[in-house]
Amino acid sequence: MKELKLMKGNEAVAEAAIRAGADAYFGYPITPQSEVLEYLMAERPYERTGMVVLQAESEVAAINMVYGGAACGKKVITSSSSPGISLKMEGISYIAGAELPCVILNVVRGGPGLGTIQPSQSDYFQATKGGGHGDYRLIVLAPASVQEMADHVKLGFDLAFKYRNPVMILSDGVIGQMMEKVELFEQMPRLSDEEVAANYPWATTGKPAGVPHRIITSLELDSSKQEKHNHHLQEKYRKIQENETMYEAIQTEDAEYLIVAFGSSARISQKAIDMARAKGIKVGMIRPITLFPYPSEIINKLADQVKGILTVEMNAGQMIEDVKLAVNGKVKVEHFGRFGGMIPNPEEVVKALEQKIIGG
Amino acid sequence: MAETFDRPEIRTPENLVYSKTNVLTDNIMHYCPGCGHGTTHRLLAEVIEEMGIQSETIGIAPVGCSVLAYNYFDVDMQEAAHGRAPAVATAVKRLFPNKFVFTYQGDGDLAAIGTAETIHACNRGENMTIIFVNNGIYGMTGGQMAPTTLPGMPTSTSPYGREVATMGNPLKITELIAQLPGTYYVTRQSVHTPANVRKAKKAIRQAMENQKLNRGLSFVEVVSNCNSGWKLSPVKANKWMEDNMFPFYPLGDIKVNGELVK
Repeated sequence: MKELKLMKGNEAVAEAAIRAGADAYFGYPITPQSEVLEYLMAERPYERTGMVVLQAESEVAAINMVYGGAACGKKVITSSSSPGISLKMEGISYIAGAELPCVILNVVRGGPGLGTIQPSQSDYFQATKGGGHGDYRLIVLAPASVQEMADHVKLGFDLAFKYRNPVMILSDGVIGQMMEKVELFEQMPRLSDEEVAANYPWATTGKPAGVPHRIITSLELDSSKQEKHNHHLQEKYRKIQENETMYEAIQTEDAEYLIVAFGSSARISQKAIDMARAKGIKVGMIRPITLFPYPSEIINKLADQVKGILTVEMNAGQMIEDVKLAVNGKVKVEHFGRFGGMIPNPEEVVKALEQKIIGG
Repeated sequence: MAETFDRPEIRTPENLVYSKTNVLTDNIMHYCPGCGHGTTHRLLAEVIEEMGIQSETIGIAPVGCSVLAYNYFDVDMQEAAHGRAPAVATAVKRLFPNKFVFTYQGDGDLAAIGTAETIHACNRGENMTIIFVNNGIYGMTGGQMAPTTLPGMPTSTSPYGREVATMGNPLKITELIAQLPGTYYVTRQSVHTPANVRKAKKAIRQAMENQKLNRGLSFVEVVSNCNSGWKLSPVKANKWMEDNMFPFYPLGDIKVNGELVK
């Protein structure tokens, strides 16, 4: 039976975490995502499923709790917003290096620095290009609705465990705070300790007699072995690129112009497309659902069809670099953005399309 | 995998006066000769063996000299980021409440970069064991000043001695965390003489046994030497430790059964 609820994006993530059979959430309050921790504390998931919820002393502690829990083969999730995610970056690098599965939600706010508590997409580079130190990649999901906030938690855990890789849900203050109806998936059981030990033999669940002890580490003092480990990681990232790229193509069949936008910007751009089409402008959109791996192939293909591409982002121009790499000079690519917590309106997007792409 | 001992010719029955616990691997330890880490590792490993909890124990190694502790303890091990072991261990214990969880940390890791994680894990009363090896110096990185470096003590970053006015006072973190209601057992030991080794082992045993009680965190400081960092021979380092470290960091129980020792 369908279970429809009216929820904030942040609440949907919290409820989805319980239903996905998560074993633990570790977090620290920061606007605009504190509802995740508040919802979980109010919901008493320990009584519902046995899930642990803990308010840590800092984002640094929270992400290291995620490391410890994930190293035990447990389903662990954390959430934060931009300045807090910066604090988590050390831990995220260690998690990537040690190949641990987990889900990290970033409800992005404007920066740099303490910035603003209003929505932004200015952490695109941080999420997709590294953020922490070393050659690593996160799988990055970009929800554009409260429904996807919930669904990406489940998808995120699936991908995290499939590849033993951290997954980031790159949301923003709009999606986190807005209320929409959401169809919740059914409660999934948490794995028992025995199931965890059987499913994840790499995990530190307590060394069975006669079995070599398990070591979770990102350290390798022999640089030739570290290079080998890095090759292994790169090979994994290539597989992720081959198999997990997701996007939504909207009215691209007859498109003469293309918008590329993710998350809130895609929602706004969709309205802009309706307005432009009413004016007779044939414009379509690619909405990347995964930001890593990036849907370069479809964008490259559409570059043969359209006369120009506009990226719409709530930042000063970050994803445009990936679009330009995908297009490889075939057509003009321009950026339209509002930032520092400002949200573009559809009229501005249509105007930017007319001025920068059609007229330009 | 590190090098292992391979001298079968000396392993004859008449030569065997002592056997190594099977909770230590055969990997050759990288610790300097005379360093207290090897003994402290052995004591913890023996306790794990004697309690019969090898398959139920999960250990967290820090960043510092004992960063490679996971190569020596034959239990499931995680290597944590610098200072974060108490946070990592918190999650392990919360998710496996019936398993035995320890962190093994040095002074820079526990009392400088990881101060927040240490204090909050202690304050929450996480039901785990922290082994804290305090030698007053950063050994792994080559002898820099630590939070526990004594006043006037020279290190590579306090070459004229620790000047309290500009470099601050040594931090008695063990006394500090003993004040927190979340700690159940807090003690300071050493492993530089056979008598002290026996006492330290008893303390470590107590700290691990306490996890069965679920009454809070057990914390064992081991004041140790660092003959490489202190630029002293092992024998002189131990003497220096007795003369200088112990007056500042007196040995003995600080908190027992949740009560401060008067």
